[in-house]
Amino acid sequence: MTMLGRTAQNLYWLSRYVERAENMARLLEVGYRMSLTSRREGGSSEHLMSMLQAAEMDEDFAKKDRPADVDTVAHFMMFDPTNPSSVFNCIQAARTNARTVRTAITGDMWETLNGAWLSFSQIKPRDVRGAKLLELLEWVKHLSHEFRGALLGTILRDDGFSFLQAGNFVERADNTARILDMKYYVLLPRAKMVGGDLDIQQWSLILRAASAHRSYRHVYHDRYKAHNIADFLMLRAEMPRSLIYCARFIEAQVDTLAGFYGGKGECNEAAASLRSMVEGTTMETIFAQGLHEFLTEFIARNNRVSNSLSESYNFY
Amino acid sequence: MGDTTPFDEMYNPDGSVREPYRALAAWLEEQPDKALTLMQSDAEAIFRKLGITFAVYGSDEGTEKVIPFDVIPRIIAAQEWRKLSKGIEQRVKALNAFLYDIYHRQDILKAGRIPEKLILQNSAFAPEMMGLEPAKGVYAHIIGVDIVRVGADEFYVLEDNLRTPSGVSYMLEDREAMMMLAPDLFQRQKVAPVENYPENLRRTLESVAPAGAGSSPNIVVLTPGIYNSAYFEHSFLADQMGATLCEGPDLFVDGGKVYMRTTTGPERVDVIYRRIDDEYIDPLTFRPDSMLGVPGLFNAYRAGNVTLVNAPGTGIADDKAVYTYVPEIIEFYLGEKALLQNVPTYNCTDEEQRNWVLANIADLVVKEVHGSGGYGMMVGPTSTKAMHAEFRKKIEARPDNYIVQPTLALSTCPTYVNAGIAPRHVDLRPYVLMGDEVRITPGGLTRVALKKGSLVVNSSQGGGTKDTWVLED
Repeated sequence: MTMLGRTAQNLYWLSRYVERAENMARLLEVGYRMSLTSRREGGSSEHLMSMLQAAEMDEDFAKKDRPADVDTVAHFMMFDPTNPSSVFNCIQAARTNARTVRTAITGDMWETLNGAWLSFSQIKPRDVRGAKLLELLEWVKHLSHEFRGALLGTILRDDGFSFLQAGNFVERADNTARILDMKYYVLLPRAKMVGGDLDIQQWSLILRAASAHRSYRHVYHDRYKAHNIADFLMLRAEMPRSLIYCARFIEAQVDTLAGFYGGKGECNEAAASLRSMVEGTTMETIFAQGLHEFLTEFIARNNRVSNSLSESYNFY
Repeated sequence: MGDTTPFDEMYNPDGSVREPYRALAAWLEEQPDKALTLMQSDAEAIFRKLGITFAVYGSDEGTEKVIPFDVIPRIIAAQEWRKLSKGIEQRVKALNAFLYDIYHRQDILKAGRIPEKLILQNSAFAPEMMGLEPAKGVYAHIIGVDIVRVGADEFYVLEDNLRTPSGVSYMLEDREAMMMLAPDLFQRQKVAPVENYPENLRRTLESVAPAGAGSSPNIVVLTPGIYNSAYFEHSFLADQMGATLCEGPDLFVDGGKVYMRTTTGPERVDVIYRRIDDEYIDPLTFRPDSMLGVPGLFNAYRAGNVTLVNAPGTGIADDKAVYTYVPEIIEFYLGEKALLQNVPTYNCTDEEQRNWVLANIADLVVKEVHGSGGYGMMVGPTSTKAMHAEFRKKIEARPDNYIVQPTLALSTCPTYVNAGIAPRHVDLRPYVLMGDEVRITPGGLTRVALKKGSLVVNSSQGGGTKDTWVLED
């Protein structure tokens, strides 16, 4: 049986929102840790501002006209109903999408999201500070892991599965690209690469935001280096949040959909063009071309995948 | 009737346990302290986690609530059920025959058995349905008959819900929950299964597919969307039947045929189990401001290209004013005496009856003719003098808008409440399917008024539900 275009759309977004909630939690965790070790006292923390930028929340936050201190930013990223990508809104949107397509997902997937939404709704934002905040951020990551586990363990491998997976990885690719872009200047090759304290702190921030600070060492057996970090998050196929991993995964999903529906469309071409950017290239070539320009183009092509999926499969 | 001590379904007046409840009574005896309290809180957690919720309109405690579930089952003996189900089957057959007649030759009106005015000037009568031939001649395929018990052998039909009766998902989930909470209780006696309802629903819907639909008709459930109070049920039933859950904008009509918008383009739809009221299903035929429906749907239906379940216009047969004629209807079409009794109903347009009603309103139940869900009704004995006066005025102003019935002493069942186990009033809604044949699920949904002494069982008014067991011989 063929599914409704609206169902495909809801599945795609449901999965994007779960991934986004996880990414927001990870970003906020990094921002929080950095602010603890930051020497700056009072006023707006630079790290928190970059967090907001990476989450594309800086403009909305600026409208609040509040200093970017830990509590304010944490509240804004976690709970603020006026912030469309706050963790609360992501979980709510995921749950609403799930409720709408309740028949297209499994009971286990639904119960994970419904349970998470119920628990999250009970939380009083003012109680969430310090250790409580870290605990809650950990919980959000667990929610995402639990959801993914339920998804991988229980759902039929049909077109719905591919829409869910495509949504997940389009969101992830977008997130990794944005984290890199936010700090692209600290990754740029410089004449005097000394790796001072500040640099190391910044690099570890980037890696942590992608849950990659441990696995980095396994791959490079080396201390943090800007070139390696960029390579790890962009071109290493074994890194599950790298651009190349995401791009290949997305292409595989849209190709599976083409197989399922018996014909390729614009979204297959879009996914191929996304992958071609990170395939068979090196960091040297990318740096020469301009890292920021490269990432901007990558994000644009990723958006094209999203839009053409919507066109090809009658999201409406 | 009129007896002030209600019939207790578990205990005889002498305190002994009635036969069908013996195993339950023994089981309750064996439960350690707090076992029921634990079960009750487990049940609440299960329902909330599963998202088995309903929306209460006008409630400010958020939009979703869990319907309270009582852990003590309601039990019906095999021979009691046989009697009930025969009476129910008779009723739904007669009502469907009535609908066919009303929308065709109107013999019953010509014969003067029902006043013409009562039908033709009734807002529930749908002239658009005149002369239309529904598949298998069936109009009401899915019916929930509200039944109350007042004595060992005394059952009354309160209402025949022939439009879009809800609650069947609670019947199914209550059983699921009960089996999870007290599996050992099921081992002590044979309880008739209810789990095949979704399968039977699918078979019923398939059996009324349009002629050209082929052997595997495309069935969809049409819902007003996630904000509807019964959305959980809509998605639940679609899921259980393997049907697509659609909202109005997912469907469209082209060339008199209905299609759904899929990932690969339009796909033909054969049967629509719609959970949208008549007046909203098609803005071109009914309410033009409806955003929930599908423009052109009614014409596609008229052309026989799609089946609507239930058919539009079934409301004329469960109208509260027509209700009083159901025994007449059964006799007229089936030539049989009604097996199940109606509650005696006073007609306020008759001056003599009205005067009697106005004088005795404190003992009576007043219902709005088109009201539902426990809204717009007054239970005399539990209402204030001010309320009595208010309803007296209402009846005098619009006597045709109300029906009045004696206050029935609804039977009680032991129910787990804060003070322990105490009797609470219950009713029963068995679910009936009618397509190529009549299929009745044993039992149904038992609704229980959780407030002490309350006779209003509606979930919107603080009612809960119980798993309902029909014992097998």
